[in-house]
Amino acid sequence: MTIQTLIDAGIFSLKVTGDPSKNISKVFCCDLLSIAMSKAPAEGAWVTVMGNKNTLAVASLTDISCIILAEGIQLLPDDLACAEREGITVFTTDLPIFDAALKIQELFA
Amino acid sequence: MDENLVFNYTISGDDFTRAGEASSDVKNKLKMMGLDNNIIRKVAIAMYEGEINMVIHANGGTITVEISADNIRMILADTGPGIADIDKAMEQGYSTAPEEVRALGFGAGMGLPNMKKYSDHMEIDSTVGIGTTVTMDIHI
Repeated sequence: MTIQTLIDAGIFSLKVTGDPSKNISKVFCCDLLSIAMSKAPAEGAWVTVMGNKNTLAVASLTDISCIILAEGIQLLPDDLACAEREGITVFTTDLPIFDAALKIQELFA
Repeated sequence: MDENLVFNYTISGDDFTRAGEASSDVKNKLKMMGLDNNIIRKVAIAMYEGEINMVIHANGGTITVEISADNIRMILADTGPGIADIDKAMEQGYSTAPEEVRALGFGAGMGLPNMKKYSDHMEIDSTVGIGTTVTMDIHI
């Protein structure tokens, strides 16, 4: 599955497009950046409520494919611009983390 | 590669949101060199954890990255407070990070363990009141 698949599914609100051709390997849920640094899978779709510039840095350094901010969390305009510069795909949703992750998982079926 | 490539970075200690810029730069350089993605990922994670530690605990410092034909060495040096008990600091979950850092999602006591996990060799040289130097090697 690619990011484009997730965009086409229309489940989440697309905030930063990044590279839609990137592969998504699996879903990853984590709000503690310390753990995400250690455990985030390469090409993962990362569902989190931790929305700040450090989230973007962790995503970029661990080769995460896209970030899904759950529970209505939004990035600040500066951070959105940073995601644009870094080419990191960012979605937002009002769904809780589990429900958002489950929706992505269902697309793998 | 006949000669080692050396890159030097100065890490600012006063801006937590900029932490990671040096690691990102090294990651981009290694990508341009065409290194294996898994090695690049290990370097990026190990160096970023070190960079974050320098910002949280030591008011910044310097990072030197030396790339040879078969090894990437990262030397992270600071003049911060030093580590009183290195064995304790290496324990997963042990942290002396302040509350505002934890609120940002860091400071969970994973930094040094992650650096050890993602590097092939790590040495810590620290003196309380003088500073800390961490040397990490990742074999190519």
